[in-house]
Amino acid sequence: MSALRSPQATLPRLLADGLPPLELPRDLVGLVRDAGLRGRGGAAFPTATKMEAVLAQHGRRVVVANGTEGEPASSKDRGLLRVAPELVLDGIAVTAAALRAKRAIVAVAHDAPELQRAASRRRIEIVRVPGGFVAGEETALVDTLSGGKGKPTLKPPFPFERGVGGEPTLMQNVETFAQIALIARFGAAWFREAGTHDAPGTALVTLKGAVARPGVHEIELGGTLEQVVAQLGGTTTQPQAFLVGGYFGGWVAARDAASFRLTPDTLGAGAIVAFPEGVCPIADCARVVRYLSGESAGQCGPCVFGLEAIADGFERQDFAPLLRWTAMVKGRGACRHPDGAARFVESALTVFSDHFAHHTRHRECRLRDEQVLPL
Amino acid sequence: MKELHLDPIACDGHGLCAELFPEGITLDDWGFPIIEGAVPPALEKQAQRAVSACPMQALRLHAARLQRSR
Repeated sequence: MSALRSPQATLPRLLADGLPPLELPRDLVGLVRDAGLRGRGGAAFPTATKMEAVLAQHGRRVVVANGTEGEPASSKDRGLLRVAPELVLDGIAVTAAALRAKRAIVAVAHDAPELQRAASRRRIEIVRVPGGFVAGEETALVDTLSGGKGKPTLKPPFPFERGVGGEPTLMQNVETFAQIALIARFGAAWFREAGTHDAPGTALVTLKGAVARPGVHEIELGGTLEQVVAQLGGTTTQPQAFLVGGYFGGWVAARDAASFRLTPDTLGAGAIVAFPEGVCPIADCARVVRYLSGESAGQCGPCVFGLEAIADGFERQDFAPLLRWTAMVKGRGACRHPDGAARFVESALTVFSDHFAHHTRHRECRLRDEQVLPL
Repeated sequence: MKELHLDPIACDGHGLCAELFPEGITLDDWGFPIIEGAVPPALEKQAQRAVSACPMQALRLHAARLQRSR
C-alpha cells in the first residue's frame, strides 16, 4: 500500500484536523506491527500482539477504547477526545473492522460532548463509567462494562480470552486508537519518521508543575527529558526532580534529565510533573501515597494493608520499614496497583534520599509544604 | 513438579496454610501468605494439606506450566 502523505510533516499529528477519509488497509495488524506501536495507556504493551491475541479467539469480539483516565496527573486522553474525537473513532472503526468485532465501545468517566456528537453518526457506543484510579484498569473496566462492580479480576482469563460479556476483547487506550488511525492512513514508515528506532512515533504528554506551558502536548518519543521539557517551553524555576509516568511511574533527579529518555516504557500514560526547588517533596509524596492507598479496590490483603502501612509510615516519618513493605506488596495483588504504588515510593526514596535523611534526623524541614502533585 | 497458586482476591489472611506448609508459605507483616510457588514432589502432601485447609479455597495446587507473558 502506498502511504498517503500527512498534511503536516511536523507535530502535532494527533491533534490535527481535516484528515482524508479512512479505508481499511489490507493488513492493519501487520502495519501496526511494522510501526512498532505500543499501548499509550501506561503498560506500553505491543499493540499488534494484543490484536493478534484477540484475532486468534473465536466469539463475538469486542473492541474497547479506554478513555477513563483515572490518573490525576494526566489529562491527555480528555484533551484528545475533545480536540480529535474523529481520529479516535476512526482508529476504533478500522480496528473493529480488521478484527471483525461485533461491538465497539468508548468508555469515558467524564462528560465528552465532542465525542458524543462525533459518535452519533457511527456504530460505536459511548459508555459513561464511574471514575477512580483503579476503575480504568483493564480487568476492572471489563468488569464494569459486563455489569459488574468495576473491580479488577484475576488473570487468567485475560480480556483477550474472556472480556466484555465473556467475549474476546481488545482494550486499548484512546490515544492508541488515534495512533492506529494515523498508521492506517499514512503507513508504518510514516509513523516511524518521528521518534527513534526503539521508541518510534509520537505520544501525548500532560505537563504539570513548575513549567512555562502546562497542559497537553505531543512529543516525539526517544528524546531526553531535558530536551523535551525545553522544547515544550521549559521550566519556570529550577526543578529538584521530575515525576515521569504519573503515580505508576518514577522520579527522575534533575541532574539525570539530560540522560533520561522518554520512551513508551518510561512515559507510562504520559504524565510529567516538574517538582520545584523550595517545596518539600516528602510532604507532597505522603499525600499521593495516602491517595493511592485509598484508591485500592480493597480486594487483596497486601494492597489494602500494605499500602496503608506505607502511607502511615510516610506520615509518621518512620521511613525505615518502607523498602521492606514496598518489596512485600509487589506482585501480590490481582492487579498491578500495589506494584505501581511501590515503584512510586521506591523512586522517591532514591531520588530524595538526602531529604529523607534530613527528615529522619530533624523530623521537619525548612521547605514549603505545598501541593504540586495533583490529586 | 507442581505449583502452588494463590487467589489474592479470595484470600482473607486466615494463615492456616503457613502453619501447615511452612516450607512453601510464609506470612507477610499483615498476616497474608507469601507463596514460594514451585512445590518439590517430596512436599506435595504438605502443600495439599494447606490447600484443603484454606477456608476461602484460595489455594490451588496444579502441574507447573510455563507462565504466560501477559
